[in-house]
Amino acid sequence: MTTRPLAQEAVASRRRWRISLSERHLPFILLLPSVIIMLLVIGFPMLYSLYLSLTSYTLTTAQNYDFIGLKNYATLLFDDPLFWASFGRTVLFITLAVNIEFLLGLGIAHLIARAIRGQSVARTLIMMPMMFAPILVGFQFKWFFNAQVGLVNNILYAITGEPHFIPWLIDKPLGFISILIAEIWMSTPFMVVILEAGILSLPQEPFEAAEVDGASGWQKFRHLTLPMLLPFIYTAMAIRSLDIARAYDVVQIMTGGGPANRTELIWTYVNRLAFTGQQFAVGAAMSYITVIFSWIFTWWFFYNVIKSRWAGGQS
Amino acid sequence: MSVATRTKSFSRSRRRGRILNEIFLWFVLFIFFIPVLWIILTSVRIRSEINAFPPVWIPSGFSFDSYKILFGMPTPEGAFGLGGSIPVGDYARNSIVISLVSTLFALVLGTAAGFVFARFKFRYKNGTFLAMMLFRAIPGIALSLPLFILYARLGLSDTVPGMILIYVALNIPFTAWLMDGFFRAIPEELEDAARIDGCSHWGAFVRVDLPLALPGAAAAGIFAFLTSWNEFALASIITRTPASRTFPPALFEFTGQFVSDWRGMTAMSVLMLIPAVIFVAIVQRQLMEGLTSGATKG
Repeated sequence: MTTRPLAQEAVASRRRWRISLSERHLPFILLLPSVIIMLLVIGFPMLYSLYLSLTSYTLTTAQNYDFIGLKNYATLLFDDPLFWASFGRTVLFITLAVNIEFLLGLGIAHLIARAIRGQSVARTLIMMPMMFAPILVGFQFKWFFNAQVGLVNNILYAITGEPHFIPWLIDKPLGFISILIAEIWMSTPFMVVILEAGILSLPQEPFEAAEVDGASGWQKFRHLTLPMLLPFIYTAMAIRSLDIARAYDVVQIMTGGGPANRTELIWTYVNRLAFTGQQFAVGAAMSYITVIFSWIFTWWFFYNVIKSRWAGGQS
Repeated sequence: MSVATRTKSFSRSRRRGRILNEIFLWFVLFIFFIPVLWIILTSVRIRSEINAFPPVWIPSGFSFDSYKILFGMPTPEGAFGLGGSIPVGDYARNSIVISLVSTLFALVLGTAAGFVFARFKFRYKNGTFLAMMLFRAIPGIALSLPLFILYARLGLSDTVPGMILIYVALNIPFTAWLMDGFFRAIPEELEDAARIDGCSHWGAFVRVDLPLALPGAAAAGIFAFLTSWNEFALASIITRTPASRTFPPALFEFTGQFVSDWRGMTAMSVLMLIPAVIFVAIVQRQLMEGLTSGATKG
């Protein structure tokens, strides 16, 4: 009489215990492989790189180097005019690129969303640049902007009837404009895709109501479309911030940061220091500066994403 | 009466607007498409018409020699000026194996992580999520030097599994983030109902959440695949020989110090684009569906 309830109790409690154990541990079991792989392939090398950046390691002194603290960072920050020039140029480059890509993306997404037919053809065409490897974008734009045989000068020739040999990649402002154009060509389609997804998911009722009230196209855009698109704009910006260094491939191929550092961005500068100059330690310090640059962007965007998602936000 | 005329002129101006919209759209698309067109066109042009001066706009004929050379078939002109005999078959195999396998692993692990972020509550959840994203934001160029040294010590440099490992790690965070959004868009009542019917947490995941999140997985898969397929900064450092070299660093083999063989390079570029285009074409509808289903809402 007493044994049976006890046994049942034991079984029940064990089952409850087992369920609660697995329930409690399931998130960690599911996350564990991802965390291990990321720590191994990203975390550990970055720790090693942090250590390297605090030493005087170069390719030739690989056996014999000293711990020198923050000296590499201090040299870059205080004694290297090239660093600040490339840093300022990178900020300008990213600011211009992201804003122009956003405006173009919004415009094209609108055009596609309003198109009567051929929407999926248009979408497929505009997605083509997304499939190009950034390095391929670099090669092709280097060729297009070539002074002698480039497509751009050839088109100018065809339009004006006179041969042009504009040194797009060499001239000071033109070099910067050329890498900017390549970056915009490569990344605008991505904005189009995300923003078009946003436009397609907008509810129709507010627009019908606005139409009845006689709102103009601009008013509808300003007071309905734009606010409702904000989450998508955030998403697009967040993804862009993760991949902000994709521009490295393009610029490295097109100009390599040259000539005379005219198009040097912080990423091509890492390459110049670490691999061309074989100053591994200074290169590692420079790498960390690029990482912090990316993190500021990423942290800011994802902080906003988390805030709206987990602080009782919708969906 | 006045209302009728107003609607009439309104609809006429609207129709004109639509037509303008259409013209403008295709004009913009054409501008964006020129580089794509030029690459494809160059790969089938006659050698003397590439980089000719004055430029030749209308090709006098087409030649598939560049592709024949790439595939090792005999042609009257023989090999390219640069990049003589390139082991395209090896590069293609490496690129396909590395991209597909890493995408698959990243999808499985990233989906699991996304599910955890969407459905469980635990301490440091926000911190873990943010840490993952910060890991993803590390530029390849910053990672390439330490990874190069580490891989040399571990014997992983110039191996296919080594590259797969890198791309899995790079693709997990973004996949997790997208999937988190997709799982969030599935009403929790559905899962609750499944659990009341006797499903375990795991059973509910497999029977309810997973099927509903599939379009989302397609979208995440596109991004993961394209990242692996097109990645250059790390591939150029880690892969050295045809044993593991992928297409993006292989493009360099057509360049010399001052000249490049554009015929060979464009032909290989087209080969590189074909699988990406096919893959995107297959999952394009799911991509738009996935992105509109609320997953990307902040």
